[in-house]
Amino acid sequence: MAKITFKDYQGNSRTIEVDNRLTVMEGAVQNEIPGIDADCGGSMACATCHVYVEESWFNKMPKAEDGEVDMIDMAFEPKKNSRLSCQITITDDLDGLVVTTPEKQS
Amino acid sequence: MIKTDVVIIGAGPVGLFAVHQLGIKGLKAVVIDNLDKAGGQCIELYPDKPIYDIPAVPECTGKELTDRLLEQIKPFKTTLYLNERVEEVKSENGNWFVKTNNGNEFSTPNIIIAGGVGSFEPRKLALKNIEKFEGKSIFYAVKNKEEFKNKNICIFGGGDSALDWTLELSKFSNITLIHRRDEFRGAQHTLDAIKKLEGQGKISIKTPFQLEKIEGDDEVKSITIKDDNGKTEKIKTDIILSFFGLVMKLGPIAEWGLNMDKKTISVNPNNFETSKKGIFAAGDICNYEGKLKLILSGFHEVALASVECFKRARPNEKYRFEFTTSSKTIQDRLGKK
Ligand SMILES: Cc1cc2nc3c(=O)[nH]c(=O)nc-3n(C[C@H](O)[C@H](O)[C@H](O)COP(=O)(O)OP(=O)(O)OC[C@H]3O[C@@H](n4cnc5c(N)ncnc54)[C@H](O)[C@@H]3O)c2cc1C
Ligand code: FES
Repeated sequence: MAKITFKDYQGNSRTIEVDNRLTVMEGAVQNEIPGIDADCGGSMACATCHVYVEESWFNKMPKAEDGEVDMIDMAFEPKKNSRLSCQITITDDLDGLVVTTPEKQS
Repeated sequence: MIKTDVVIIGAGPVGLFAVHQLGIKGLKAVVIDNLDKAGGQCIELYPDKPIYDIPAVPECTGKELTDRLLEQIKPFKTTLYLNERVEEVKSENGNWFVKTNNGNEFSTPNIIIAGGVGSFEPRKLALKNIEKFEGKSIFYAVKNKEEFKNKNICIFGGGDSALDWTLELSKFSNITLIHRRDEFRGAQHTLDAIKKLEGQGKISIKTPFQLEKIEGDDEVKSITIKDDNGKTEKIKTDIILSFFGLVMKLGPIAEWGLNMDKKTISVNPNNFETSKKGIFAAGDICNYEGKLKLILSGFHEVALASVECFKRARPNEKYRFEFTTSSKTIQDRLGKK
């Protein structure tokens, strides 16, 4: 279980608890976090679950695989700390993770 | 005005199988899709990836599944209206009136919405006031190469489309290829060809850069690009081509007065009818308790919806349940002797 904080581009934030083995995207969808569309249901085909991961966390996490990096190219305003939230699987280590959702997803 | 028993919105796997289920019951259908080809997500998002959970098909790719479905519905000679988006659905004299953005009009007792997550549309560039340039100086696809001759063209993207069009258009235009990171993703021979052109000074490649600003009033005059460190560069530009894949936009479906739950349509799981009589929803777009967004669920959903469509299209006939194996009528419809 991990507490995950979602900030939106205007600075509003919400913290939710997500069970291990779910993804950050699934946690967001189940808790109706605005700003995560996840149109492809987590199959890494839509880039509408795009988030910016706070730098300190970004470097701690397992790196994105090639397919994810390619898909991030398609996302709205990608940055260096961009990730697809459907590819981040919750573990206890991620407790306290902070991500920011982009202004829009597409 | 085209009259038909059923209008199917969406040529994904579920819309295609709907043709079959309606066809064996003797109903005529048309299929409309915004994409330039049939297959929905299977053809657009994962044509080469394997699917392992189609009953009795241990493994097939998205493209193979689509091809087989098209083969299976061939006997019904159904017209597919591609590159057309359904804009309008309204009630007219007890029937449904359906209109596309291409001006095609249909009159039908039944509509099956198999629209998936919405219609596929090119992902637009993320800048304000971009609309005024779209279709004039900004394009998301190349329809007619002639219009791109002897121009200064900036191509955005790092995948196959961006690379292929860079190669093709560089034959007669001045191309700058711009991508947000240094790596491009494409076939090795394409990457080699790009490198070679750059080496010969025939194209210019700018990485890692993203679009910052467009200069120009009615037409694009130049663009400014920016790298991660804030360094900017101005490039004289007549045409911008942007290849950032497709997005799924629910679009007009939300405006047809149906009961919706977020981006899905609520249906009665007995016959997959929506809150409006004669309008059905199946596949990823429908929502009922326990719904699974699987292809096989969609197949089941259209099988049941097709029975209700029959009752509405043939009010004076009695629906008879039949097996394809043993029904002469069905075999005739399939052209089997
Ligand atoms: C990478 C990936 C892997 C997958 N793997 C599997 C798997 O292994 N097994 C499985 O069962 N499922 C899998 N799926 C899910 C499966 O692809 C979907 O459940 C299936 O495609 C849904 O079919 P559909 O016909 O309902 O909708 P879609 O395939 O989404 O097709 C809908 C079509 O409707 C069109 N449309 C929508 N609105 C309009 C409009 N107004 N006018 C005109 N056209 C319109 C769209 O352009 C689109 O072509 C996977 C999905 C992805 C992305
Ligand atoms: S949900 Fe589509 S890429 Fe993550």
